[in-house]
Amino acid sequence: MRFELTPRTSVSPVARALAPVAAFVTAFLIAGFVIWLMGRSPVAAFDVYVLQPLSDPWSLQELLVKATPLALIAIGLSYCFRANLWNIGAEGQYVMGAIFGGWLALKTHGTDAGAWVLPLMLILGILGGALYGLIPAFLKTRFGVNEILTSLMLVYVAQLTLDYLARGPWRDPKGFNFPQSVTFDPAATLPSIVEASRVNYGTVFAVIAVVVTAVVLGRTLFGYRLKLTGDAPRAARFAGFSSKATTMAVFAISGGLAGLAGISEVSGQIGQLQPSISPGYGFTAITVAFLGRLNPFGIMIAALVLALTFIGGESAQILLKLPLDLTQAFQGILLLCVLSADAMVSNRIRLVTRGGGK
Amino acid sequence: MTTFEAILLTIVTASTPLLIAALGELVTERSGVLNLGVEGMMIMGAACSFAAAVTFDSTLIGVLAGIVAGVAMAALFALAVLGFAANQVGSGLALTIFGLGLSGLIGAPFVGARRDPIAPLDIPVLSDLPIIGRLFFEQDLFVYGSIALTVLIALYLGRSRSGLTLRAIGENHGSAHGLGLPVLRVRFLAILFGGACAGLAGAYLSLVYTRFWAPGMTSGRGWIALALVVFAAWRPAWVLVGAYIFGAATVLQLHAQAAQFGVPAQALSAIPYLATIIALLLLSLRHGRAIGAPGSLGVPFVPDR
Repeated sequence: MRFELTPRTSVSPVARALAPVAAFVTAFLIAGFVIWLMGRSPVAAFDVYVLQPLSDPWSLQELLVKATPLALIAIGLSYCFRANLWNIGAEGQYVMGAIFGGWLALKTHGTDAGAWVLPLMLILGILGGALYGLIPAFLKTRFGVNEILTSLMLVYVAQLTLDYLARGPWRDPKGFNFPQSVTFDPAATLPSIVEASRVNYGTVFAVIAVVVTAVVLGRTLFGYRLKLTGDAPRAARFAGFSSKATTMAVFAISGGLAGLAGISEVSGQIGQLQPSISPGYGFTAITVAFLGRLNPFGIMIAALVLALTFIGGESAQILLKLPLDLTQAFQGILLLCVLSADAMVSNRIRLVTRGGGK
Repeated sequence: MTTFEAILLTIVTASTPLLIAALGELVTERSGVLNLGVEGMMIMGAACSFAAAVTFDSTLIGVLAGIVAGVAMAALFALAVLGFAANQVGSGLALTIFGLGLSGLIGAPFVGARRDPIAPLDIPVLSDLPIIGRLFFEQDLFVYGSIALTVLIALYLGRSRSGLTLRAIGENHGSAHGLGLPVLRVRFLAILFGGACAGLAGAYLSLVYTRFWAPGMTSGRGWIALALVVFAAWRPAWVLVGAYIFGAATVLQLHAQAAQFGVPAQALSAIPYLATIIALLLLSLRHGRAIGAPGSLGVPFVPDR
């Protein structure tokens, strides 16, 4: 028995749009099966993971909170993935953004610094993420070093840097030796959109990023250049598009957006620097980008879907004693299903039993 | 035993899992498939082998379970990238995310359990030689096995007909298919072999190196193994050299932390990751573009007709 693949000559847009949905359903069935294997009820798990968060106003708000960094990072990654460049170090760029922006918050702590602090922190966050993202891009364009491995290795370096700062020089001296910085001043805190809600302006940034990206990709030469570089690198060269400039640009954009996500999270949700500031947003965002078909509006929906897995995972841990690792396993299998479904849309697959075929 | 001897011995134990995992990935990549899931297959090997070894109180069953876990993960990857011609980079990454999550589920009941060390093979007389005696003649079976594996893979790829077929498929799958070579079957087996090696490397980590299970315990070793393959320019002998250099960097870093030079522990912990980047950079400086990479590496195979 074997598989036989043939490229499809025409791909229906309906199939293309339905592929992520089919992948999601498949991943859910697999996860349900695993939960059943663990001796738990898949129906109860589905209720806790999906239905309860969607029917509770507090959870709906939390959904936006968790979807925000995912969407920001994934939008950035979509630039890279469209150009067929593999930035898998967004988690590190996110952390670096938090470090750069957080530095200013700590510097101005306890002073009467005015309203300029927060905007400058956000700019520093973007800068930190972008510069950190440019390291693998520079190594690739200048020396031909594979960007996949370097960007991933830099994640560990960024996490260790934050760990050092939060436990060492930036630790709150009056914090009873807890490994965390002082709490940011109000001037260094990202405000909520509505009074007393947990949804802050980070969500607005994410929506702006979605709209701007939709325009850039659909209406500008740069967007066309990305598509061409990814789909037909030779044609892009003949057209005079520099692949090096494209590489640097997309890594700067994705690093900058990941950095913005990092500083927004630290100045908005967390309010201080601590050794761990992310439940793996930078890696989950890769799944978000592909589930959203690298389309800005698709990514917005996919970010909400994956935010649901984080929230559902947390309540399942409390209510059903299902470990949090289940969420990560689900995210992995979901990405695998999404990529397989994508490939199935472009290729016809036939199962050939022995003796069949040619 | 002197400290120096002890350091040399720990370098061997730290290098062996890197070597085994990188050799497996080398074979997979030589067939033209890039599997970025090494970290995920390795940690599944570590979790399953430890769980099985504790449950059945047998190191042998543990090791076998680790290999089976690695192969099962690899089969999942093969289904996606060969069966459906899915993107290899993304699928490998998904496999790593999946493995890190699932291993946490499998290992959870075994957190806190410990295994006894396995007895090294003591080769009489020779192991009593000063300095080199214990280093060369009193290691565990895995260490000797990993070196034998290096030689076998080098011979297989360089000297056997089947190895030539595998390399031809990795170099240009279109031509290989035109010649009637079974592209997908060879790749399937190469991916499974890579999974078996990664699973075995994981088993070594949890059963020999640490002798306990901790979530995320591979801590990037799978990624370093991937970098080693590039660093070695896809040649087995150089994987051996590279694995030992990285093993040494890891161990010296641990000793430096214990000695407390006044350098932050985090800076020392970052050494293996920075070393990987620097190694890749130096290699590119010497050779220009990644030298020795198989021609069809990472390209999905969909035959024209």
